[in-house]
Amino acid sequence: MPFIMILYYIICVYLISMVVWNFIREKKNPEYFFHYLLVLIPLILRVLRVK
Amino acid sequence: MSREWMIKIVLIVLLAAGTTLAGIQLFRQRHFDVPMVAGPGVTRTAKLSDYSPGLKGTMADTTVFFLEGNEEGGKALIMANTHSNEPASLLAALIFLENAVVEKGTLIIIPQFNNSGGRNTRPGDGYPLYFEIPTDWGSKKFRLGNRDASPLDQWPDPDVYIHYPDKQLLSFIDVRNTNRTWPGRADGPLMEQVTFGAMEIMRQENVDIAFDIHGAETMFPVTNCIVAPEKSARMATMASLTVKAREGFDNHVEPSPSGFRGLSHREIGDYSDTLPFLLEAPIPFLDQPTGPKTEKFLLDGKDPFLLKLAKAKMLFVPYDESGWPMDKRVGQHCSVVLEIMRQYSRKKPERAIEVSHVPRYAQVVQNGTGSYYHDPSKADPDKVFLN
Repeated sequence: MPFIMILYYIICVYLISMVVWNFIREKKNPEYFFHYLLVLIPLILRVLRVK
Repeated sequence: MSREWMIKIVLIVLLAAGTTLAGIQLFRQRHFDVPMVAGPGVTRTAKLSDYSPGLKGTMADTTVFFLEGNEEGGKALIMANTHSNEPASLLAALIFLENAVVEKGTLIIIPQFNNSGGRNTRPGDGYPLYFEIPTDWGSKKFRLGNRDASPLDQWPDPDVYIHYPDKQLLSFIDVRNTNRTWPGRADGPLMEQVTFGAMEIMRQENVDIAFDIHGAETMFPVTNCIVAPEKSARMATMASLTVKAREGFDNHVEPSPSGFRGLSHREIGDYSDTLPFLLEAPIPFLDQPTGPKTEKFLLDGKDPFLLKLAKAKMLFVPYDESGWPMDKRVGQHCSVVLEIMRQYSRKKPERAIEVSHVPRYAQVVQNGTGSYYHDPSKADPDKVFLN
């Protein structure tokens, strides 16, 4: 795997952890719950390498 | 469980279900193969990876058909689906593949040139995943692909695409656009390997003329035309004048810009002895100020918003209530390809390419594109190719 791809996956995992952390911390606004999950979809698919 | 977590769990389940359902549809489209029936003219097949080994085992590999005549002559290459959301190209190439008989010379056809792009879609534009062409034996189903190769096959995109070998800076997305990655290289990004494979066919097989078939928006000035570099311009002009006089449709000539790199009509001519021609037919479906991108609109090209723009003289092609039906676009491509081959054969009789049993514009419009396709379920299985 090229070095740049390793960096991409590391960035993806970092972003996932941040979004999940914010999803857990968000207490009130259901719209935010939805937005966090929506943002998570492409990142999770990338990390799991789902084609 | 708190109310907050109940909402969160419901949302997670709903999104997971939606993603899974959408993913299944996209997976099926990506793996849906179109059966192509090799006609009486097909003498052998190859894979693009035979000319660009890096493509072997990837979704970018595709089938190359050879139609060799009994008599020695010149060679012509037809490439379709360079942009897989311009399907008149594929439909015209299949008419040649399933019907053409070559008397002299050789015709080489790559019906699904950007095979990865043909297994992609443009969800942001709400493209249908498939379209169907009515035939005498039912309907023939095709994938509707995208302009660019799938990111599943070529990733990541660079911030800026640095064209090889000219080093011109192009948009990042063009690294997956097989009409920006010419002439390509054997060890470049996947789409450069695709165009490199075609260049190798032209160089190794001594191809005389090459057609790269496309479609373009009605609001884009380079539409309904033949794009040709200096060395192909005379032949393109003769063909343009002839189809106008004999068959009654416009197809003007646009010069290939020498300062814009990566395009087939520029690089093929600069990096091989082949004469390139890029054919454009109008495709209203690609215009932006339109109604929904439906299968019907793809096929009939009728749109009320474009009609208003036409009345305001903002389109580059004539446009009325009849739209721009697919048969008209496919017929134009068939006629222009045949006419350029005829012009070339007249100019170089020793390298003539003589092809018969391919309909011209008026016949395609009258009989319909689908009437020239053969039923794969009734064809000899050895003649049916899935791609």
